[in-house]
Amino acid sequence: MLRIDRASYDAIVAHARRDHPDEACGVVAGPEGSDRPERFIPMLNAARSPTFYEFDSGDLLRLYREMDDRDEVPVVVYHSHTATEAYPSRTDISYASEPFAHYVLVSTREHGEQTGLAGDDVELRSFRIVDGQVTEEDVDVVESYLFGHTPTTVVYD
Amino acid sequence: MLREASPTPTEGTTMAIEVRIPTILRTHTGGNKIVSGSGSTLSALVDDIDGQHPGIKGRLVTDEGKLHRFVNVYVNDEDVRFTGALDTELKDGDSVTILPAVAGG
Repeated sequence: MLRIDRASYDAIVAHARRDHPDEACGVVAGPEGSDRPERFIPMLNAARSPTFYEFDSGDLLRLYREMDDRDEVPVVVYHSHTATEAYPSRTDISYASEPFAHYVLVSTREHGEQTGLAGDDVELRSFRIVDGQVTEEDVDVVESYLFGHTPTTVVYD
Repeated sequence: MLREASPTPTEGTTMAIEVRIPTILRTHTGGNKIVSGSGSTLSALVDDIDGQHPGIKGRLVTDEGKLHRFVNVYVNDEDVRFTGALDTELKDGDSVTILPAVAGG
């Protein structure tokens, strides 16, 4: 299951809508081992295409160095599909190489533009992609990680 | 952050080049993020690393002897696609970073 805070969820959706009809892409980084997406990092789609996305090679290096310095990993790797459903394409599967990441797909095929009307939500789904195997997972959106669904002990320091 | 260069080599020693390994290839390196190898070109370095960590070359280089399009390899800050790919020359203290491309359709 992907557990993600509302702010990150909304930021992914907003990015996908903004870049429609091109595909949008990015990551939400989080502390290594936490499985908690915390830091939203929209990336430039170097392909600037409605059917393909690719992080620029220099951006990719800077992103991974920065995450490495902060002991972060890409907890979520997201991108949008602008004409098809929010399900990994064959190309997505062939490139997927973060076995611990949640691959989030957003489809803007129906609702690229935000209308403010009921029912204009975009489709957002999450998957694991490991060794070419795609497994869909539930998405649990929490208002914040501190006051999420799971009871936690809050330690004030 | 740029990695610190290694100390100046003394005559007769082999070159030490730090290679940063992405998560997906760490099954070949016993979980290590960084390995060390030697070679005067990227091609020679990959052979040397493969000798220590069998199987890693097949993940980087195609049967035709070219770099896989799914991986990006950098020498220091430079993507080797722009510096001669596997023929890129290396010197002692260089830092090589391997990253899977993040791309799709």
